[in-house]
Amino acid sequence: MKDAFGTPQSLLVLGGTSEIALATARRLIARRTRTVWLAGRPSPALEAAAEQLRALGADARTLAFDALEPGSHEEVLGKVFAEGDIDMVLLAFGILGDQARDEGDPVAAVRVAQTNYTGAVSAGLVCARALQAQGHGSLVVLSSVAGERARRSNFIYGSSKAGLDAFTQGLGDALHGTGVHVMVVRPGFVRSKMTAGLEEAPMATTPEAVATAIETGLRRRSEVVWVPGALRLVMSALRHAPRAVFRRLPV
Amino acid sequence: MSGDTVADMPAETVSVTGWGRTAPSVARVVRPRSYEEAVEAVRGCGRRGGIARGLGRAYGDAAQNAGGAVLDMTGLDRIHIIDTTGSSSTGGAAGTVMCDAGVSLHRLMEVLLPLGWFVPVTPGTRYVTVGGAIGADIHGKNHHVSGAFSRHVLSLELLTADGQIRTVERGTPLFDATAGGMGLTGVILSAAVQLHPVETSLMTVDTERAMDLDDLMARLTATDHRYRYSVAWIDLLARGASTGRSVLTRGDHAPLDALPARARREPLTFRPGRLPAAPAHIPEGLLGRRTVGLFNELWYRKAPRSLTGELQKISTFFHPLDGVPHWNRVYGRSGFVQYQFVIGYGKEDALRRIVQRISGRGCPSFLAVLKRFGDADPGWLSFPMPGWTLALDIPANLPGLGGFLDELDEEVAAADGRVYLAKDARLRPELLAGMYPRLGDFRALRADLDPRGVFVSDLSRRLNL
Repeated sequence: MKDAFGTPQSLLVLGGTSEIALATARRLIARRTRTVWLAGRPSPALEAAAEQLRALGADARTLAFDALEPGSHEEVLGKVFAEGDIDMVLLAFGILGDQARDEGDPVAAVRVAQTNYTGAVSAGLVCARALQAQGHGSLVVLSSVAGERARRSNFIYGSSKAGLDAFTQGLGDALHGTGVHVMVVRPGFVRSKMTAGLEEAPMATTPEAVATAIETGLRRRSEVVWVPGALRLVMSALRHAPRAVFRRLPV
Repeated sequence: MSGDTVADMPAETVSVTGWGRTAPSVARVVRPRSYEEAVEAVRGCGRRGGIARGLGRAYGDAAQNAGGAVLDMTGLDRIHIIDTTGSSSTGGAAGTVMCDAGVSLHRLMEVLLPLGWFVPVTPGTRYVTVGGAIGADIHGKNHHVSGAFSRHVLSLELLTADGQIRTVERGTPLFDATAGGMGLTGVILSAAVQLHPVETSLMTVDTERAMDLDDLMARLTATDHRYRYSVAWIDLLARGASTGRSVLTRGDHAPLDALPARARREPLTFRPGRLPAAPAHIPEGLLGRRTVGLFNELWYRKAPRSLTGELQKISTFFHPLDGVPHWNRVYGRSGFVQYQFVIGYGKEDALRRIVQRISGRGCPSFLAVLKRFGDADPGWLSFPMPGWTLALDIPANLPGLGGFLDELDEEVAAADGRVYLAKDARLRPELLAGMYPRLGDFRALRADLDPRGVFVSDLSRRLNL
């Protein structure tokens, strides 16, 4: 069960090698979290991540999960919920793709969309149903500011996050009154292995800062969290910028 | 088919929280109106079990059950027998009442005061049920004299997981597991309670101020035994030399000859006043350090340095907050936590350290309450033990509060103290067994009595009770 401050005792991470997810898990383990499931494609990195969390005192287990195989989600995730209540699901998987290359390789572009959007739709719905049966729990979904308004430089990734973001908001409304709390997290540029080698955007942040914002959002039962918080104003301005202006902006 | 009866019972799926309004969860709330319906409700609990709920005054998640059933017991609200002479079947001396578990202490006062009887123990609110009073084994300002509520319970009827109704006599293991057992041994259906005789419905109250914590503890230690009821309101925002400054209010039921002639004509009237309720939506952060600090300052200055024999209404003396319905809303939608712990006599240094830390951190806490407990109660998970208990309210949205309270828990645990489960919404589960040495017995009895785990609450899930 979550405590008065929204801190979960059990956590299911979808996308178990995500740096933001692991920073969040570390933070929550320092508070109350004891059981952690790291779901992802089996890999040494996934096992190493679990080992790292075990060293912090958590009972961390890995779980073979592939966002690109929605047909398996029901069964794979169902087993986790059958073992006991999950207080928080962190939907953290996603790929950035390579915009320049993917524009010329539609199959690769679709893979970005399938991972970030349709994979999340399937996993999100499966988890939402299980949480609803529990009558409590948080579903925290990592979206991105890139989904707020698609930009020339990464609209394939951006559009997939836009879909995920809209889906999550709708799901949150659908689950209102069921005891399940749905929270969208919209970080800006996060310095991580996913963005390694990319030119840093203004107001760049870190996985740890996102983790802190998630913990605060859980305490406040927020529905949308921006990281850093000031991005909310910046993106509101950008969203309303005329198309001709927006197109020319160096973002 | 039994399902038909359940369908007739009022039931709705709603979000449920404790009085602190933190950590809501959704449950199917059913409201049995008879013992038969209560049996049906327990049999029909389903996979995620059920828990009894009274008037929802437990601050944390004790009367919540996410995804399962919550039995709203306020529909079982009959007073069966009032025995003022000691002759009938309630089994006690003069002054006993046999009533359903859903009867509130408020109702008992309305009915019993005109007859010259008072409840044996009342907490800071009258709006708790008899079932809740036993389940949390509540205490009041008279603990140092009278002990906790269950000590005055002669017997009770308990609906257990097998659907049977058992009469549970005091002094038996099941009784001691149920007293303070947070509803996890079964659903209390009724109880026979020993009452306290009074001549009037007024209190004679002595008020005095204490300059700091040491002054307060010295005054309480020296003269508490002279009073049936004793409590100190402590300003935890005061710092430096005035850390722990407080106002002691202590008293007893006023004898008839203490009343002025006019009041003597109707000495047993019970008319608690009520103000308008707090509005449903109050902005966050209204209660910051400054506003609360100002309130505490004014309240301390307004209190008389020393006043004896003041006559007060029962509601003024015992239940000042009951005058404002829904006062818990003032903390906004994030709610608040109440932190209450007890530390044994001889461990005063730990108490001093905790008070220093709270006031040093500037927690925007309204008046906290400090009281001396008497002997421990027999309930296995009963909270009171001989020592000092401190209770304070803190807004839940205060950054870093979770970690801070964890540090206080460590102090409490290191001093062999404990925190109160009826108030708790955040304790680290690992600390529980050290705080409640009979937890093992409690778990064993539950495993035996309720092997399928029918009775379960958010509290029991969180703390693995």
